[in-house]
Amino acid sequence: MEVGTAKLPRLAVLGAGHVGPVMARLALRAGYQVSIATSSDPADLALITELLIPGAEPRRASDAIADADMVVLAIPLHRFSGLDHSMFSGKLVIDAMNYWPSSDGILEDFEGSAGSSEIVARKLASSTVVKALNHIGYHELEENARSAGSPGRRATAVASDSPSGLSDVTEFVDRIGYDVIPLPSLVAGRVLQPGGPVFGLVLARPEFERTVRTEPLPAAAVTVAASSLAGRGVSEEVGYGNW
Amino acid sequence: MATGDIPERFPLSFGLNTFGDRNGDADGKPVSHAQTIRNVVEEGVLAEQAGIDFFGIGEHHTDYFPMPAGDVVLAAIAARTERIHLGSSVTVLSSDDPVRVFQRYSTLNAISSGRAEVILGRGSSIESFPLFGYDLGDYEELFEEKATLFAELLKGGPVTWQGNTRSALYQQDVVPHTESGPFPTWIGVGGNPHSVIRAARLGFRLALAIIGGDPARFAAFSELYRRALEKFGQPQLPVAMHSPGHIAATDEQAMEEFWPRWRDLIALVAPERGFAIPTDDSFAWEAGPHGALFVGSPETVAQKIAKNLRALQATRFDLKYGMPGLTHKALMTNIELYGQQVIPRVRELLAEPASSS
Repeated sequence: MEVGTAKLPRLAVLGAGHVGPVMARLALRAGYQVSIATSSDPADLALITELLIPGAEPRRASDAIADADMVVLAIPLHRFSGLDHSMFSGKLVIDAMNYWPSSDGILEDFEGSAGSSEIVARKLASSTVVKALNHIGYHELEENARSAGSPGRRATAVASDSPSGLSDVTEFVDRIGYDVIPLPSLVAGRVLQPGGPVFGLVLARPEFERTVRTEPLPAAAVTVAASSLAGRGVSEEVGYGNW
Repeated sequence: MATGDIPERFPLSFGLNTFGDRNGDADGKPVSHAQTIRNVVEEGVLAEQAGIDFFGIGEHHTDYFPMPAGDVVLAAIAARTERIHLGSSVTVLSSDDPVRVFQRYSTLNAISSGRAEVILGRGSSIESFPLFGYDLGDYEELFEEKATLFAELLKGGPVTWQGNTRSALYQQDVVPHTESGPFPTWIGVGGNPHSVIRAARLGFRLALAIIGGDPARFAAFSELYRRALEKFGQPQLPVAMHSPGHIAATDEQAMEEFWPRWRDLIALVAPERGFAIPTDDSFAWEAGPHGALFVGSPETVAQKIAKNLRALQATRFDLKYGMPGLTHKALMTNIELYGQQVIPRVRELLAEPASSS
């Protein structure tokens, strides 16, 4: 983190809901230059950034993306189709989204057997799409991050059809705090989706690799590090009264 | 104000929340929905006797939470109590009509002589959407519009309003009028900063629902809320936290009663909600000093509540008690211990200066 941070890719995070601020903070801590954008009132975003993501730059989405090397999609999937997809042209895009019919409603495009990131990649045909960080609960992303070499460090997988994209995002995810298991295609990344064998589970590398290869999950493979209770499915005003 | 001390402008208060978790009998068999609802009335009455400040009922529409009309149950409790505040926890406003919600709770406010409160939520258990014919795709617009209308209704006086999610109102007098201004209204928030800002913009109190992970991570949300209130020219308002838990005579007994029911419940809702199924270890972590489950003896739970109220600069704590399958008797014990031992102990702990930790 000390050496060579000047050469790190510039990051744009789209979304300042549950996930975006956490991603942005992790990236800032690892030395990345980070901008953040939302569809909401710029004054609200400025306040959120000042208090929750100090050090990040609040920007309009098109500007943030234009100046970034790497873009993180941390918005609800049903908002994705409303974006101007040409903004992402030529960019490396990290898809951290999941398809939750229970909070997205039914999205016809995502109803087939293909993985949600495959559909995203089809819509962003002139970008490099990498599926990453979708299967760790947002409240755990910071709590479980550890520096490389820490014993029992939590593992996560990234998936892409692009070898260079895979390698760039592997480096990013390792820097922000996780052991990375690269999967060589977005089709292979289907295993990371909600309901899949690793979704929400806290696993170190050996157990993670074993689990991805052999379903169903042996109960003993689940490690201790932290709670896996509230995953990404918890939508916004969660309630309470209404979990 | 020393760092870590609780803001003095609001009195500390302590509540209980239930979802009408369907009780089990002594043999573990589920009792009827009707008996569960009658038991909730008894629990609300006991809550007042035990010295608890607030009793809230969360709207649900399932076999294990058969509690779609909490306001009716609250009215029964109101008729048998004198002091305790009564409210929703939460009302799923997105799939309800704000005018009807206002009418039901201002009626409760009348029955209880000014003891009604409402906690509005967008709904993360979404079973009410298909039930009442709402489209999940409209989730955000539904809540935004309806919360805005609810803020107008609370002001009293004729309402003029127009939107996409219900018919327009023109100079509409909505009855019954309240006797002494708006009743306290909160928005329940699960961790989205935009929701925190919306609560501030509309002038609602903030209730942080924390059901997993370290509650202290929500501290920045309290600050965001305070700053947003300033920005919108609203007066400062209290912050509450809500978390699940269970209190028994000893830590061991509380864990033993709560854990199997918690595991079964989360396993049941996990596929739809994206929860991982809890393990012995993950449960131990959540029930431990840094987690979000308030399960244990009165002293264990009191220490944890005091620590987190300080961390969050919150002045109200709501314990979501009960779990499907627990007996009514275990819940009554929980309520007595919470009111008679936990709350006085938390008050005592918070009266001491904050330690440097």
